[in-house]
Amino acid sequence: MSASGSGTALILDDVHKSFGKVEVLTGVDLSVAEHEVVCLIGASGSGKSTLLRCINLLEPIDRGRVLLEGEEITARGVDLNRIRRRIGIVFQAFNLFPHMSVIRNVTLGPMEALAMPRVEAERLGDELLSRFGLADKRGDYPDRLSGGQQQRVAIVRALAMRPDLMLLDEVTSALDPELVAEVLNVIRELAAGGMTMVIATHEMGFARDIASRVCFLDQGVILEEGPPDEIFSRPQQERTQRFLQSIIEAGRM
Amino acid sequence: MAGGGGAPELYQPLPGGPVTPPAGNRGSRILAPLRREGGRGVAIAVVSTVVFLTLVAVAVVNSTGWPLIKEAFFDGEIFADAFPKIVEKFRRNVFIFLVAEVLVLAVAMVIAVLRSLGGPVFFPLRLMAAAYTDLFRAIPTILVIALLGFGAPALQIKGLPDSDVFWAIVALTLVYSAYVAEVYRAGIESVHPSQVASARSLGLSRRKTLRFVVLPQAVRRVIPPLLNDFIGLQKDSALVAFLGYTEGLRQSQIIQSETFDFTPYVALALIYIVITIPQARFVDWLVERDRRRRQATVGV
Repeated sequence: MSASGSGTALILDDVHKSFGKVEVLTGVDLSVAEHEVVCLIGASGSGKSTLLRCINLLEPIDRGRVLLEGEEITARGVDLNRIRRRIGIVFQAFNLFPHMSVIRNVTLGPMEALAMPRVEAERLGDELLSRFGLADKRGDYPDRLSGGQQQRVAIVRALAMRPDLMLLDEVTSALDPELVAEVLNVIRELAAGGMTMVIATHEMGFARDIASRVCFLDQGVILEEGPPDEIFSRPQQERTQRFLQSIIEAGRM
Repeated sequence: MAGGGGAPELYQPLPGGPVTPPAGNRGSRILAPLRREGGRGVAIAVVSTVVFLTLVAVAVVNSTGWPLIKEAFFDGEIFADAFPKIVEKFRRNVFIFLVAEVLVLAVAMVIAVLRSLGGPVFFPLRLMAAAYTDLFRAIPTILVIALLGFGAPALQIKGLPDSDVFWAIVALTLVYSAYVAEVYRAGIESVHPSQVASARSLGLSRRKTLRFVVLPQAVRRVIPPLLNDFIGLQKDSALVAFLGYTEGLRQSQIIQSETFDFTPYVALALIYIVITIPQARFVDWLVERDRRRRQATVGV
């Protein structure tokens, strides 16, 4: 699966972002083709999460542009809600709504942001839940579910908006090791279905397996990018080599 | 005393059957040690409680001052005569505090929401809401009641009601909305920002995020402190007596001045106790029900 989509889904053009005096993103350029899966790797604090939050406009950027299917979404006067409906994001800590049952978590977006009638939203929600093996959990509250189940529900919740683009922010980092696989399998299925995704991850094996392209983020810029085989086998930059070396030493590859 | 330690008869099962863990959090702190001890512990607790209360009662009744105290505070005849009259007038308190409570729930919510609005545009609204809370928490409730209850009718403006009940409700609503707004605000601020991020990332507007995600969680969390303020409000409905309006307290005062006996006050105190305790248990039940629904009984 290579980057041979019909068009460009996402373009980041010289994106800068600071929190106070700390410059987290110092000029990120990235272009993601439709149906492409881009994995962002890099040490903690390298700006992976911030980058994803900037893409779906949870954080305003200081400089540069973000284009979604040709539209500049970081321009002034753009309706944030309209853009966010087209971009699904899944967080490390699931962030399900604890006061709502699973099915309500899933139907809230379609019903309240897309004005979809309840019957239709529930049909869509049930369909997605059963596709990801969660049909029997529809009436449960999030606290009753395992971490893996919660994260799958969070993915279903994002998918229920029928997004053009999915952003996954270290979605397996908060999970017990034995629960990681069930979530990764869901993401594999999405990739196979042609979903355009930008994935921040620490799972190098998974990145190697699923990514059409891997980007190594370091000190707020994409230092090196390329097909997974190239990045993981023949990294050119010294910092990339050091990062991958430390991952190997930690036994996570 | 029969059986100090482990006399066989103490092992008899209690009429209530096996000890079930109490539902509320409140009761469990008192009863928790009993659960650890099992049936024997409960039996000992029952016997010791009965013995203790009997001793206290005997000591009180046999003390030299008791007849005087009994006459002044616990006169059966006066009680029988006064109680129905006070209950009759206490219904006015119930009306006042029920109406005020409904208004407080709404007004306080508006103020709390105004105060939690972000963005420079809303600065005047935030300022107004903050000023309101500062003001009405500072002034004694009885002063607000006097100002409005005596002051507003004195203006003799056409169309402005001069009913004591009306102004009492307005005064209590103004004062308690300030307290309850702060309770709500604490609840709103206790909802983690990631919940808001989650809702906004689905494309929900600020308003819908507040309505569907933030407020439902905030309100659930503040139900116990909310009850606190409501009990305060219910008690403060007695301050309306200051306007000369014949509610529960004023009625007790009238009977007291006729009989030179304080039993009517005790009767009114009893009424307040009787209406408050079920509310506390109701809230315990509500909180417990919510907790159970959201969490598995066995650890996740």
